[in-house]
Amino acid sequence: MPIRLLKLLAIVALLLLPLTAGAQELKDLIAGLGEPDPKTAIEALATNDDPKAKAALQALAAGTLFRRLSDSAVIIGEKDGEMVVVTNAASGEIEDMAKPEELELIEADAAVKALLESAGATAEKADDTPLDFAGAVKALNADSFAQKGKAIERLSALADGRAIRVLEALAEGRLFIRRSDGATVIGDRSGNDVRLTLATTLEAAGIVAPSAVEPVVINNNLRNSIRELVGRLGLLSPDSAQRRRAADALIGAANSQSAGLLREAHGKEREPSIKAVMGLALAAADLVEGDKAQRLAAVEILKGFTDLRVRSLLQNRSAAESDPEVRAAITTAFNAVQHKLMLIGWAANIFQGISLGSVLLLAAIGLAITFGVMGVINMAHGEMIMLGAYSAFVVQEVFRAFLPPALIDLYLIVAIPVGFLVAGAFGIALERGVIRFLYGRPLETLLATWGISLILQQMVRSIFGSPNREVANPSWMTGGFDVVGGFSVTWNRLYIIIFCFAVLGVIALILQRTAFGLHMRAVTQNRDMASAMGIPTARIDALTFGLGSGIAGMAGVALSQIGNVSPNLGTFYIVDSFMVVVFGGVGNLLGTLVGAMTLGIVNKFLEPFAGAVLGKIAVLVFIILFIQKRPRGLFALRGRAAEG
Amino acid sequence: MNVTSLALKQPVPEVTRAPSRALATSADTLLYLDGVTVSFDGFKALNNLSLVIDRGELRTIIGPNGAGKTTMMDVITGKTKPDTGTVVFGANVDLTKLDETAIANLGIGRKFQKPTVFENLTVFENLELALKGERGMWKTLRALLNGEQRGRIAEVLKTIGLSERPAETAGALSHGQKQWLEIGMLLIQDQQLLLLDEPVAGMTDHETKQTAELILTLAGSRTVVVVEHDMEFVRSLGARVTVLHEGSVLAEGSIDHVQSHPRVIEVYLGR
Amino acid sequence: MTPFASVLGPRGWAAFLGIGLVLLVGVPILNLLPASSPFHIPNYLVPLLGKYACYAILALAMDLVWGYAGILSLGHGAFFALGGYCMGMYLMRQIGTRGVYGHPVLPDFMVFLNWKELPWYWHGFDWFIFAAFMALAVPALLAFVFGWFAFRSRVTGVYLSIITQALTFALLLAFFRNDMGFGGNNGLTDFKDILGFEMQAPATRRGLYVASILALGLSFLACRVIVTSRLGKVLLAVRDAESRVRFLGYSVTNAKLFAFTVSAILAGLAGALYVPQVGIINPSEFSPANSIEIAIWVAVGGRGTLVGAILGAGLVNWFKTWLTGAAPEIWLFFLGALFILVTLAMPAGVIGLAKQLRRKRPPAAAGAPAE
Repeated sequence: MPIRLLKLLAIVALLLLPLTAGAQELKDLIAGLGEPDPKTAIEALATNDDPKAKAALQALAAGTLFRRLSDSAVIIGEKDGEMVVVTNAASGEIEDMAKPEELELIEADAAVKALLESAGATAEKADDTPLDFAGAVKALNADSFAQKGKAIERLSALADGRAIRVLEALAEGRLFIRRSDGATVIGDRSGNDVRLTLATTLEAAGIVAPSAVEPVVINNNLRNSIRELVGRLGLLSPDSAQRRRAADALIGAANSQSAGLLREAHGKEREPSIKAVMGLALAAADLVEGDKAQRLAAVEILKGFTDLRVRSLLQNRSAAESDPEVRAAITTAFNAVQHKLMLIGWAANIFQGISLGSVLLLAAIGLAITFGVMGVINMAHGEMIMLGAYSAFVVQEVFRAFLPPALIDLYLIVAIPVGFLVAGAFGIALERGVIRFLYGRPLETLLATWGISLILQQMVRSIFGSPNREVANPSWMTGGFDVVGGFSVTWNRLYIIIFCFAVLGVIALILQRTAFGLHMRAVTQNRDMASAMGIPTARIDALTFGLGSGIAGMAGVALSQIGNVSPNLGTFYIVDSFMVVVFGGVGNLLGTLVGAMTLGIVNKFLEPFAGAVLGKIAVLVFIILFIQKRPRGLFALRGRAAEG
Repeated sequence: MNVTSLALKQPVPEVTRAPSRALATSADTLLYLDGVTVSFDGFKALNNLSLVIDRGELRTIIGPNGAGKTTMMDVITGKTKPDTGTVVFGANVDLTKLDETAIANLGIGRKFQKPTVFENLTVFENLELALKGERGMWKTLRALLNGEQRGRIAEVLKTIGLSERPAETAGALSHGQKQWLEIGMLLIQDQQLLLLDEPVAGMTDHETKQTAELILTLAGSRTVVVVEHDMEFVRSLGARVTVLHEGSVLAEGSIDHVQSHPRVIEVYLGR
Repeated sequence: MTPFASVLGPRGWAAFLGIGLVLLVGVPILNLLPASSPFHIPNYLVPLLGKYACYAILALAMDLVWGYAGILSLGHGAFFALGGYCMGMYLMRQIGTRGVYGHPVLPDFMVFLNWKELPWYWHGFDWFIFAAFMALAVPALLAFVFGWFAFRSRVTGVYLSIITQALTFALLLAFFRNDMGFGGNNGLTDFKDILGFEMQAPATRRGLYVASILALGLSFLACRVIVTSRLGKVLLAVRDAESRVRFLGYSVTNAKLFAFTVSAILAGLAGALYVPQVGIINPSEFSPANSIEIAIWVAVGGRGTLVGAILGAGLVNWFKTWLTGAAPEIWLFFLGALFILVTLAMPAGVIGLAKQLRRKRPPAAAGAPAE
């Protein structure tokens, strides 16, 4: 017993360590609710203004206050399916999911209930005053899930068309509270930023950083009921997009009430694609509620879809179905869907791998030229990427400051050549100023360019500051589309893949089809001979290096669309870029392409098993071992040309 | 054969199959190449090359650029592995299975086309490293020169005309002196088979003459293969000449014989 | 082997013993003087000098592989950090029940991660001898295995540099993971005592300082023995013309492997001495930037000269301490400029510059540029 007590004390002490005295008091009081005699705690809490005090008392009255057996903490538990969502009563934060048997109910006896009554906390203190739309929206940010559920119902009962957008946002986790003023807002991601819409008026409310808003949290039960409500609200809307969304929301969420509505809407619907979605939702509803013939027909329809919701519905029904014939059909359908989903999973992995590969390729193409073709090992290559990313940031800011807002989407088009020129100019300066004195001394070049990378990082840090800079996606790069159920593609990823191949193609053309490319290859192969033939080798060197750096700059512009822009952006890509070039084989664009794509795809297939970090380590180790086997990469030159 | 000083613990592979009937080999054969082919990206640097060198023989090898002379030396010394073919040293050692270090320890020495000496070491240290002896790592860490070895170095220094400059860094030597130093390193290594790739390139006429004399004194006690462009020099050696062309043997015989060979004339003078 | 006495010339021995004695005895004595004395060395300076001594050992290790054998390793920070982690594990075990959680067996971070028992690879680190052995053996083993693969496959030049960088980068990522059991992001810290002596006590710090100087002296002599031996000449020869060495019958693989492994042991030794003096070891020691910085110490001092490596490590780090205190934002500009300046203008480093000046003085060419 004393050891247990000590442990408890230690835990309490630890919990209290970082807190202020006031909060400490509240914690003690709430912990006091779990004591055999909670009266003093209740009285003290009743006078406390903190909403957490009120929430704890209400939970005690409602029978949702528990003691967690593992650590004796006092928590508020709300049922969510089989599990209980655990909210720490003292901190007001959702902590965990727990099984009911892990919790012990703190019971309120008659005396305590009376005391609670007088303290103003009652189990169901429903607030039924009629609300307008704005008021109903505000009510969504309630303390408990039960209250949120009520607010959701009231909002949908208003039969206001605007409610659909708000409820959809809530279901998708896009409903936020703005920290600055507590306003309820809908947030849409835009690059690294969040584009806000006021939920109460549906007016645009500007773009902010994600840290400026806090999400309104809901649980799965609420999510299902929102979907059902939204579905009902939108099914008969004149707006086809809304009908589609409504039908989609009802997949797996329909009850008998909405099923009738769904059948009605399905009969009326003229647009085939929407009719199909409604058919799916209806089949899903029939599978649960229909008679045997309907259920069998529903299975036939569901079999053809690859929606994760269909899979989980089939999985649930295969256990719940009583008729053996129907159950067999459901199991077959489930296996078919499962198989298709697995194939789609592979396709999605490959796409993600290609996406990662194209990022690696973009980062590495420039290096393939400076390192592969010229043999110059440029450790400042990553900083050329970083300069490109900051160019995108500056162009964006210039557009925001000087041009009409309608043109903002065009900033990226302008940023690409600007990024190329900025990084290319730095590259040429670098070659003329430092690298040309070090030709033939690769290790010294490595050290000198590392020095340059330190200077560039510090320079950017001095100008723009160390924190990340936000570069927003233009609207045409925001969002994405579903290829098939369970596999969606975002525009920014897709554009980067296309951009990357376009860059690769242009580089290949420059190398193979232009006089500059010919001169460049000549200088690479035999500098003296090229010089003797009147090729200006020094100029070719500078331009080649400028080209490689400029491509890195364009890569930076592209990377600003999918990640943070910070002074040490380059350091994240430099090791990977070298791995790609070395793995693919130096001096070979095809090798760089194959290298980047292989590494990208391998990485994505490893991630589910090993996690992102271990996957990356595994890839690094693989390359280290690979280089032992083929020191000159996948596509290596042999013979005299390789000796240089 | 000095197999005990093998630095790498690598077994000496033996050739089990009988020598090819096409080649006249005898107990006197020190080195033979049979059907050796090396290709780089489709280009055949050596094309079914067969060659026999006898013990104690002095052989000169000539051929136009790209004939495969240097590649042949690379194959013998283990720098390049042939795609097909056999390379046998002594009675039955298969050189294609060994690396450069092991082959050097078998008693094959090589002088490169471009003189390669250790430019940051002194002339004396260059010779010290080449000195015949144990090559094992721990032995090397503990190695000290004894009087006999110092004497040997002094002797070679005299032979190669660098007695006055043992403490000079090798990088400071003239091109011809570097050639000589490299030859000196071969001498002090005391190898059975010496492969000399263009030993007189960049030498004055006087130096060339001296080199020819040196090589002639070596022949007999060692086996020497000389690759050279300088026909005067080849003539002065008066040895059997093999002409390589496009990776295989075009002609073989005395210098007069090959110089009057119609195919050789065609190859050298163009069609 | 070269007779021990001739590892250094007579003047070399005099300088070695003289400077060694001043550092070994002089500094602790001056530290013991009352604070009012003008010659007093303040307490904070002792571990700082000890830290520089560790850096100097690390620089020696780098010089042996880069300056002599021509292998530019960009992963030497990894060997240093591994040595440091081994010592850190010993120091963690010495905390015992004095941690925040007071767990009888587990270190704080394991209690925090809800671990139930000590992972197998933590066993044995209660003993100083075992930890000290592992601090040398773990880097040595890693270097041997890695080097065996790399050198046997003839990965050379910048390729080798890049894969050593990948090696330390992979270790950086690995040690960041909590699951590894080395304290994740925070690393190992909050040490209490070493061999029963309180870590913070000035006497302990003097002891660690003396140990570091002794280790530096011994490392210097060991490197000296290697570079003056015939093997040392083989290493130089490998640096200049690797394939030529093979045709002389030496195994380049073995020579490089020897230098690389010895160098990793020295780096591990430096790390093991470093950790108790700074009181923390965390994954940032594995960052590629740290490893490259070692190369610049050696380059500043003059690579291929052991004294240069020590001098460079001291100079650059002393300057770093001063500048990061006085104007931290300038430090990276300065370090970057140093990389460029040294490679472009003074490839032989400070030692080379000094030699050049001495050679130039007789003809009275004062004021002439260095190159």
